[in-house]
Parts: sequence; C-alpha cells; structure tokens
Amino acid sequence: MRTAIRVAAAITVAAGLTLAAARAGQPSARAQSPSPAYAAPRAPDGHPDLNGIWQAVNTANWDIQDHPARRGPVIALGAAFSIPAGAGVVEGNVIPYQPWASEKKKKNADSWLTLDPEVKCYLPGVPRATYMPHPFQIVQTRNTILMAYEFASASRIVRMTKTENAPIDFWMGWSRGRWDGETLVVDVTGFNDQTWFDRAGNFHSEALHVVERYTRTGPDQLWYEATIEDPKVFTRPWKMSMPLYRRAEKNAQLFEYKCVEFVEELLYGHLRKEDSK
Amino acid sequence: MRRRLVFALAVLASAPVAQLAGQSPRAAATSTQTIPRAPDGHPDLQGMWTNVTITRLERPAELKGKAVVSEAEAAAYAKEYLKTTDKDRRDGGRRADVERAYNAFFWDSGTELAVVNGQRRTSLIVDPPDGQVPALTAEAQKRIPGPRPAWGSAVTGPDDPENAPPFGLYENPEERPLAERCLLAFGSSSGPPMLPIAYNNHYQIVQTPGYVMILVEMVHDARIIPTDGRPHGNTRRWLGDSVGRWEGDTLVVDTINFKPQVSFRGSSEHLHVIERFTRTGANTILYTFTIDDPTTWTRQWSAEIPLRATGERLFEYACHEANYGLEGVLRGARAQDKDKETSEQPKAKQK
Repeated sequence: MRTAIRVAAAITVAAGLTLAAARAGQPSARAQSPSPAYAAPRAPDGHPDLNGIWQAVNTANWDIQDHPARRGPVIALGAAFSIPAGAGVVEGNVIPYQPWASEKKKKNADSWLTLDPEVKCYLPGVPRATYMPHPFQIVQTRNTILMAYEFASASRIVRMTKTENAPIDFWMGWSRGRWDGETLVVDVTGFNDQTWFDRAGNFHSEALHVVERYTRTGPDQLWYEATIEDPKVFTRPWKMSMPLYRRAEKNAQLFEYKCVEFVEELLYGHLRKEDSK
Repeated sequence: MRRRLVFALAVLASAPVAQLAGQSPRAAATSTQTIPRAPDGHPDLQGMWTNVTITRLERPAELKGKAVVSEAEAAAYAKEYLKTTDKDRRDGGRRADVERAYNAFFWDSGTELAVVNGQRRTSLIVDPPDGQVPALTAEAQKRIPGPRPAWGSAVTGPDDPENAPPFGLYENPEERPLAERCLLAFGSSSGPPMLPIAYNNHYQIVQTPGYVMILVEMVHDARIIPTDGRPHGNTRRWLGDSVGRWEGDTLVVDTINFKPQVSFRGSSEHLHVIERFTRTGANTILYTFTIDDPTTWTRQWSAEIPLRATGERLFEYACHEANYGLEGVLRGARAQDKDKETSEQPKAKQK
C-alpha cells in the first residue's frame, strides 16, 4: 500500500514537473534530469544495483511526442481501448526527420494497424521495448546484464566486458555496456530496419545507433535516457528520457506474453480451412 | 559444422564409478574442491553452456543392456552414428534427399557420447536403468494418439515430442506444432526439461542472489527462476511455473503449471519437472531432471545431461518475425484442397 502511494506520488510529481516545464517553454525532459543526491544501493561489484522489475508509466508507446486523446481504431471497444493523451518524452518535442522520412512517418501513422510491427507481435527493438505497457526485468551481474521483456518474450544481453562489434543484425540490437559513474551506459547497434519507436509511426533505418543511460534516482525509480542517432533518417541526434518505476508489489514477476498465438488469426486466418477450428 | 572434441573431465576421471540409477549429483560434486562461487557463496553457474551430445534420451536397441561403453566402443559408435546421420549423403534416392535437404551445414547435433562421472553414456535416461521412458498409464494410452509419421524424425529427431500428433494436420495454425508456430523451441530445448536438439544447443546463465536466469537460444526464452523462497504461482505458462532453491551446492528447480497445450512426450497438465544443476568443475555442470506425472507414466523417470562451457555466442532466434514456413505449409494445404476440388468437379459433370 505504502509503495503504491509512493509510486503514485512519484508519477504525480513527474507529471507536474512536465506540465510546469511545458508551460515555461522549456524542454520537458531536461527539467526532470536525475538527482545526483541519491545514493543507490550497491551490487556485489560496487556498481549501483539496477536489479528488479521495471516499467514505464507513460503513454510513449502510443506516441513519443505530445499527443491529445483520440478514439481507438476498433469502434466496438469504445472507451476501454481508446488512446490516452500524454506528454511527449522527446527532448524539445521535435524529431528531426529528413524531409522524405517525415513523409514516411505520416504514411506509417495513417496505416498504423497494417504496418506497426507491435501489432504482429514482432520483437519490439530498442528503445521501444523499454516503454511498452509491459514490465521488463534487469538481472545484473558484473560481466553480463540481462534485460528480459514481458512483451513477446523479448530479451537482450548487455555485454559489459566484450568489445566485439555486432556480428549480424538483431531485432533487439547488439548491446555493449559500461559504467559511467552512477549510470549504466548501453551502446546498442546492429539493428534491422523493421522496428518502430511507437504506435504513431516513428521509425528508423538499420543505421540506428542508440545510447541508453540507466540511473537509479530513488529506491523504486530509474531515470532512463536514450540518444537516437540515424544519419539515414534524421538530420541530427535526438534524445528521449523518462522515469521507470519498480514493480514493487509483493510477488512481482515477469509473466509470459507470448503474443504469437494472439496474432495467428490476423496473419494466417486467410489460410484457415473453411469452418475449421 | 562445429566440432567440439574436448571434454574437460580431467577432474572427474578420478572419481569413483558410481551406480547410474539413483546416484546423487551431489556425490559427484564432492570430488571437486574448487568450483567457482558467486558473491553470495552459492556455486556460480554463470556462463555460456551447451548440452549437445549424440547420446539420445533413450538407449538405442543395439546397445540394450549396455549403459556405459568403453572409449573404443564410444569412438566406434560415434563414427557409425555420424556416418548414418550425415545429411550430406546423396545415396538414398529422391525421398532421402528431400529428408536431408536441411544439409549438414545447418546441423550442430554433437559428435560424442555424453560423459558423466567419467562414464560414456548410451542414454540420457538413467532411471529406469534400461534407459527407456517408462510405460504409459492406461489413461495416457487412451489419451495419446497412435504412432507419429516417420518422416518428421528427419527434421528434428525421433526424441522430439513435436513429432507426436497433431503432426500432419494442416487445417489451421492451431493444429501445427508449437515449434512451427514459434511459440516454443522444438525438442524441448527450452524445456523444462531442457534437452539437446539438432542445433542451437546454447544456454546462457546469469545468476543473482534472488534469481537464476537461463537464456535459451531457442526461441529467445529467458527462464527467470526465483530463488528467494517464494511459492509456486497459480498461472499456467508455456515454460511452466518454476521456483528454485539451493540444496547444498545444487540448484533445484521445481516446475509445475504448464499450459495445457504443452505436452512433453505425451505428458498431461499434471507434469511436474524437478531439475538439478550441480557445478562439477571449471567447465562442467551436471544437469539432471526427474519427470513426475502419474497421469501419464507408470513411474517417475530421470535423466542426466552434462552441460559444458562453450566459447560460442548465443544469437537471437527471431522465429515468428519471418515465419514463412508456417504460411507456406498452410498455403500449400489450401492449394491441395483446391486441386482436389477441381479434380472432383469434372467427374461430377460426367455423371
């Protein structure tokens, strides 16, 4: 109960800060930068302990930019599955697309249901996996950090000691980590061009390079930043940031969301023998 | 083709040869003094491991009564085995060629018999001592359909429960095997129990004081096993509900609550798997499992599989993201339906 209140309070505070920052005309992400004052608990190797089950409490998976509420795509689902409004997580709320890419983003948005890889239960890529409406778990050791995501049983290994470049391309990228003081920095390359940033059609190419920063800012809070670089799609690097919250309830755990079975009718229904169940 | 000839068993070679059945893995561990330990004092199981071996789950008929073979016998067996299973052979006619279309390049199914406690084993099953899965209960015999089509064994191996019916049904995706749908690995690679299969036999273990995580190459499944003393949950899962505990230097993982669609060699929803991981040396873990499902088998049964450290990398087995196999299978079946329809129509008109 106390934890729930604490998380709720944190969300309220964060939301309040965002609004205040927006009113003041400042980049909202900057206003929330991690407090250096917090002394994080330590893992056995002396680095901050990031172990736990974490989740974003925002609407970034709907749209990483500012967005109003709107009706969902399925009339029958009404208010239960319509789209909530939300403050963007992109610094300055601008994604610096090249002109052709800006057009493509609009087309992606117009054909969201047919084009979004999430709808098909494809591996979500990085950073999107971080802020989907599902928890993920960090299992942290000195040489290896596992990030396991509930959505589609996606996972990735962060290599802390290996410098090898991506040997092939990966849906979830090729992650190499290092500690920058209190912050875990993960350099992710080796992507394909198939994943998106959100349900609003924001996209990238296979040249995507993501630098993530994970910083403990409280007992149940991580600060997450991702710098996005993709010279084929954007005119300059850009950044998103958000708090992540610990799933602190008793018996918190990562469940299975093997969504493959939920999309088979969508993908293969036209190949079903008539009347077969 | 990756050949791994080195078995790091120098330490174990001096261990006394013990009875196979009912032997405690801990007894084996006591002969090794310097296993790596995690900061919390428990044995450190971390690293990249492989369970690949040519030893089958069940003892082949030609080795009946022979649980362990000599070095020379093992070498002869391996030579013959690799020859008969060579997918690059083209001496069997058209049908055999089709079965071997997944040629040797794609296979990584081992070159040596499994070695446990210095013994070269002819089956992974150690209990019952005949190395065979015990008889089915009367109830299970009624529940489980007849023998599977033989050709499925060419793709994944005869130990593969995915080759059990409904292999051969093509009306819709739900009828296809779970591996073909990219829901789980074939051959119980992800398990539990985790068995060696045709390829991708890699497991990465990451261990913290509250969890042991086993990342299975197929199908990028992370088995996250709490070791914090929590009880089983109530939710049925594809990988079952696993909880772990340390018994001395052995990690014991207890799994129940599999989804009803999951059937390990015909098991029911009452399947209960007990796995034991014992670090037996610098480069080895002894992995054992016991299958407990009185609704399916007339007795419990157990197997032992050595895990060996490997320098291989674990790649992302993105399966569903380009599953043209499943689409092709269903599309082919519908095309056959149509052919059948049109070939029957002229006959009807003639009447």
